[in-house]
Amino acid sequence: GKNEYDLLVIGGGSGGLACAKEAAQFGRKVAVLDYVEPSPQGTKWGLGGTCVNVGCIPKKLMHQAALLGSALKDAQHYGWNIAQPVHHSWSVMAEGVQNYVKSLNWGHRVQLQDKKVKYFNMKGSFSGPHTVRGLTKAGKETIVTAENIVIATGGRPKYPTHIAGALEYGITSDDLFWLKESPGKTSLLNGLFLYVSLESAGFLTGIGLDTTVMMRSIPLRGFDQQMASLVTEHMESYGTKFLKRCFPIKVEKLESNRLQVTWKNTDLGTEETDSFDTVMWAVGRAPDTETLNLETVGVKTNSETGKIIVDASEATSVPHIYAVGDITEGRPELTPTAIAAGKLLAQRLFGKSSELMDYDNVPTTVFTPLEYGCVGLSEEVAVQCFGSDNIEVYHAYYKPLEFTVAERDATQCYIKMVCLRERGQRILGLHFIGPNAGEVIQGFALGIKCGATYPQLMKTIGIHPTCAEEITKLHITKRSGLDATVTGC
Amino acid sequence: DYDLIIIGGGSGGLACSKEAAALGKKVMVLDYVVPTPLGTSWGLGGTCVNVGCIPKKLMHQAALLGQALQDSRKYGWQYDEQVKHNWEIMVEAIQNYIGSLNWGYRVSLREKSVTYLNSYGEFIEPHKIKATNRKGQVTYHTAETFVLATGERPRYLGIPGDKEYCITSDDLFSLPYCPGKTLVVGASYVALECAGFLAGLGLDVTVMVRSILLRGFDQEMAEKIGAHMETHGVKFIRKFVPVQASTPGRLKVTAKSTEGPEIFEEEYNTVLIAIGRDACTRNIGLETIGVKINEKNGKVPVNDEEQTNVPYVYAIGDILDGKLELTPVAIQAGKLLARRLYGGSSTKCDYVNVPTTVFTPLEYGCCGLAEERAVEEYGKQNLEVYQSLFWPLEWTVPGRDNNTCYAKIICSKHDNNRVIGFHVLGPNAGEVTQGFAAAIKCGLTKELLDETIGIHPTCAEVFTTMDITKSSGQDITQRGC
Repeated sequence: GKNEYDLLVIGGGSGGLACAKEAAQFGRKVAVLDYVEPSPQGTKWGLGGTCVNVGCIPKKLMHQAALLGSALKDAQHYGWNIAQPVHHSWSVMAEGVQNYVKSLNWGHRVQLQDKKVKYFNMKGSFSGPHTVRGLTKAGKETIVTAENIVIATGGRPKYPTHIAGALEYGITSDDLFWLKESPGKTSLLNGLFLYVSLESAGFLTGIGLDTTVMMRSIPLRGFDQQMASLVTEHMESYGTKFLKRCFPIKVEKLESNRLQVTWKNTDLGTEETDSFDTVMWAVGRAPDTETLNLETVGVKTNSETGKIIVDASEATSVPHIYAVGDITEGRPELTPTAIAAGKLLAQRLFGKSSELMDYDNVPTTVFTPLEYGCVGLSEEVAVQCFGSDNIEVYHAYYKPLEFTVAERDATQCYIKMVCLRERGQRILGLHFIGPNAGEVIQGFALGIKCGATYPQLMKTIGIHPTCAEEITKLHITKRSGLDATVTGC
Repeated sequence: DYDLIIIGGGSGGLACSKEAAALGKKVMVLDYVVPTPLGTSWGLGGTCVNVGCIPKKLMHQAALLGQALQDSRKYGWQYDEQVKHNWEIMVEAIQNYIGSLNWGYRVSLREKSVTYLNSYGEFIEPHKIKATNRKGQVTYHTAETFVLATGERPRYLGIPGDKEYCITSDDLFSLPYCPGKTLVVGASYVALECAGFLAGLGLDVTVMVRSILLRGFDQEMAEKIGAHMETHGVKFIRKFVPVQASTPGRLKVTAKSTEGPEIFEEEYNTVLIAIGRDACTRNIGLETIGVKINEKNGKVPVNDEEQTNVPYVYAIGDILDGKLELTPVAIQAGKLLARRLYGGSSTKCDYVNVPTTVFTPLEYGCCGLAEERAVEEYGKQNLEVYQSLFWPLEWTVPGRDNNTCYAKIICSKHDNNRVIGFHVLGPNAGEVTQGFAAAIKCGLTKELLDETIGIHPTCAEVFTTMDITKSSGQDITQRGC
């Protein structure tokens, strides 16, 4: 028989909702399934996906809370007299953040309704090529059939289940933003990389909590390493403790209800312990495909990562089944790319467009206490691709004007631009550490999309006084070995 | 005696001198600050460093921090309700920083072997100037080439009591006492920025405007800036001009309407005059050597190589007729001039698409044409204007002004929808605008904007997803995510 819907989207996150709403604009019959499996600690949330509920949004708001803590200190230098002591209340902050997130959940439901997209709060799994079985929390089943299906189920934080006590006693980012009470003295156990652990550790430190980050190897794998170390250097001077080249062995609960973590210090070869109120794992995210029943319909996944393999048009190995967002192999795990990919997919399916998603030069920002924004290639990758003789790296250490009166340390405020030496000196990558890094980088990302060259940037007049203008004044190369500190006005 | 003598040690003058010295030339810089009617003076560095951009942005920051304090409570920060601002502490900290910059410039000139005279320079014959220091001692100096970079000073109203009782931006940034209840006369960006931060520090502020706000800027944006200031406690008296200021201490201001016989009277602690700036070109002997100035505004007309009508005399910075009064423009012009004179370069200063930012409480960044100018130049039917309101994420939790921040781009339809005007009203407008200015220099089009992925969550990303045009008439009120 005929399929009930033109488009069924499994997953109501950034990518899924964008795709569904766009398809509905073309007058199509669209349905969205969204379901949040509670975390091991029991946390769950509403419609909107990771970004809205347990990602970008609450993260940036808590980062803002931490920044405001610094602002309070700065304010005193600027003449504001604030009576000591100053305290931070986790519950006031969490309530404010959670209320805003809930308003977004509500907003999404209203939007879907307005656009006549049918929404099912159900967990979906394939039972046939065009058939998806939706299951409610209570166990009620609904069968949905659709001409086209988009999988956008995203990912969830991984647990290192081989570590004793990891699952029972540890939380993840899924839980952090929904805690009703302060996490207290926290340890972030970071097996691999991750901006998630640094951002979380950053704002926890900023609101006054005793925070430790444990990492086995290098911070921010995949990011430019010089920038990554400046970011962590700043965090260290900011008060976050780092246990480098250490890995956790077990987590136990003490009588006091605190958690004892035992770890191996690979430098010293010794085992160490300490107790914490909260242990948070940030060891990576795994695609949410297990319960989808992909084998039934033959959608191929990457054997190593478990992510769904797609081509340039977001099509899976099955012609009418597509995938967008964090679940797709080889794509950046970012909200704006998921949204763009979802929209373009809908436009190609129903709007007669043929435009494919461009994943090149996607800008991003890590919202650590001192933010890091970047677009294009890291220095390492540029050297790898072109050879160090063929690239020129311009750099500068600068001091934001606002730091002067506030007597703040600007040691890690740094800018680096990687250019080709020839071919007009095209800009390959731009890296910026400083306040409002995201705001600074966005416009330059556009410039890079336009094929900006170093001379063109030098012709651009700076806006004074800003941090961003320092980018238009870069002139010291790494090659020259000269001091790259910006002096004077 | 010298290859190059520069009159004026501000942004343009210093940049030019250092560049010329680096190219091996014998350079002298004269800098002298004629005290204000109230006696205020300052050190080396010019307007930007002493009585412009730098102290302005720092006081703006102090005001923003006041707002941050209010927000912080919603983010969980708890401390005593009573928070007051101490003007003296702020001024001391800012003046200390400026002092370090003055010092830094003196050291920098010394290091580069540029001769610096804290003297007033004036031409007495071709290629020769007379330099008078504060004690009245006179010296004479000659040079092959001269650069005028004397900048400007605030204009007074020309009404009874203005010089005796009123202050200007020249005095504000080092005022040793809190200005208290203030009347700001004028609608320039100086007036609005000052009124903005004074109100942000908790003072009772009124702005008296003769006609429009921010003349020369996009008027839609100007009105939004004014509206925001009003909702945040700044009072505006529009279409009035002051006619008298009397009695020191508590100042009584009398003003009359521009449209009728109405009279307005009120008392203030401080009256800040910010109606414009005049070029310092009238008393430096330019007539003696034949350098022509625009009699109307005192500014110096130059060709595209910053040369005046007298071949060995050049001019840069705020005194140029028809050019932008901005520090980075002066610096760029100064550097490039030195390179052309002594470095064999032929690169001229590019004055097109210069970005700028007004640091009012709601900041306004722009690059390219104002909408009215674009309509004038291209015709309304040849333009597409995209617009969007946005709510900075950081304002959600404290429940601040929704549907206030605004983004607008003006595209030329017949030129591939090229972006010819960029306007943003919101926090960190300068940081946002800078990169877009670079992109505009690279020929940014609407298509490229659409193809670029946004950074999430930021304010700047709004420009990568602008769909609604003015011509569509669609509502841009934000309702959700």
